[in-house]
Amino acid sequence: MTKLIIILLSAVFINNYVLSRFLGICPFLGVSKKLDSATGMSIAVIFVMLMATAVTYPIQFYLLDPNDLGYLQTIVFILVIAALVQLVEIVLKRYIPSLHKSLGVYLPLITTNCAVLGVTILNIDEGYSFLEAMVNSLGSGLGFFLAMVMFSGVRSKLETADIPKAFKGLPITLIAASITSLSFLGFGGVIENLFA
Amino acid sequence: MNAILTAVIPVVIIGLICAVVLVAASIVMAVKEDERIPKVRECLPGANCGACGYAGCDGYAKALVEDGVAANLCVPGGAKTASDIAGVLGIEAGEVKPKVAVVCCSGDCDATEDDVDYRGIETCKAAKLIFGGKGKCGFGCLGFGDCRNVCPEDAICVENGLARIDTRKCIGCGLCAKACPNKLIRLAPAKRHIVVACSSKSKGASTRKACKNGCIACRKCEKACPKDAIHVTGNHAVVDYEACVGCGLCAKECPVGVIKVYK
Repeated sequence: MTKLIIILLSAVFINNYVLSRFLGICPFLGVSKKLDSATGMSIAVIFVMLMATAVTYPIQFYLLDPNDLGYLQTIVFILVIAALVQLVEIVLKRYIPSLHKSLGVYLPLITTNCAVLGVTILNIDEGYSFLEAMVNSLGSGLGFFLAMVMFSGVRSKLETADIPKAFKGLPITLIAASITSLSFLGFGGVIENLFA
Repeated sequence: MNAILTAVIPVVIIGLICAVVLVAASIVMAVKEDERIPKVRECLPGANCGACGYAGCDGYAKALVEDGVAANLCVPGGAKTASDIAGVLGIEAGEVKPKVAVVCCSGDCDATEDDVDYRGIETCKAAKLIFGGKGKCGFGCLGFGDCRNVCPEDAICVENGLARIDTRKCIGCGLCAKACPNKLIRLAPAKRHIVVACSSKSKGASTRKACKNGCIACRKCEKACPKDAIHVTGNHAVVDYEACVGCGLCAKECPVGVIKVYK
């Protein structure tokens, strides 16, 4: 149980996908301008990360590994995740239109997102059990959510800040992102020692 | 050769399985779309600019058919697109009532005063971020003219610390309503309309302390209205323009004169 909590917390804070591993930067910079779109995107990411892990984990251990096809991991995972997300979108549209309406725009955007692919591959590289892998995906998604929400706050302040002309737009956004990620380094070593 | 095949064949098989599942799912779980949606979509210019307020042309086409929104929201398409859409949907393009923007605040410099000496960036949005603005009333016009800056028709000016809209120039696009951080600007029917010139959510007494022109939420207008078109919500009166006939009885009853009738 303690191990699961450590996995969850370190996925959120220490190994934050956006701010420490620098995966999923595209939606981080692209969709973080407004709080509501940032939340919508992050919830979609959490959802897809969990789904993708649930599907790719068995594929790795029951299909690829027994047949010595481990080197096909990346391409098979991309293929399966892309198809899965499309399938989920169709199912949602049919049965839960309200959820489809709120996630709808963001789901196709993250079909081949590197954060989603990164979670599934790292789950296997770390040698997690299925439960641990799911917890890690949940934590990674929550970490993404945290980063997005925080950064959308930073950006709303940036909108009205008096920025030198040369830095306006993307440059100042990148600088703000780097400072935000720097602040997350402060979590290093905290979680492990909490339970030591 | 063999090594390549052992890699390619499984991927092809997985791809095929995924494809079959997706095709099957899209057929089995197909959602019936109104057949007018693609037709309406063809009328739209496809710029996906979002000026209509929907997520692209597809979103607007859907809203047009399903929710029956106005056909004249497409700015790039203009009158031609509006009449095309009207043709497809069998509604009249001209039946859309013209609207004008109205400012629901009367807190000019005579009625209220500044609480702080604000020297930040001169936009309403920036001022709003710092303790809700410089004035005593946190709900009133901030007076930096964010609405004036977005108005395409130069119909807005800021006089005496309060935004004023020239209803003769206003085309009712609603851009100013979106720009106002205090959401003070509403769209009202262009002909005779009633404006409650206060949006304060404070209790009557504290509203009046902050501003001489504020609504005290006494509900006299509610009782006077024959059409049930004015209601006190959030400590100020709000007109329901769908029901309002512009008779002006509420304005006569208002003890503080915050309700105004425009012809």
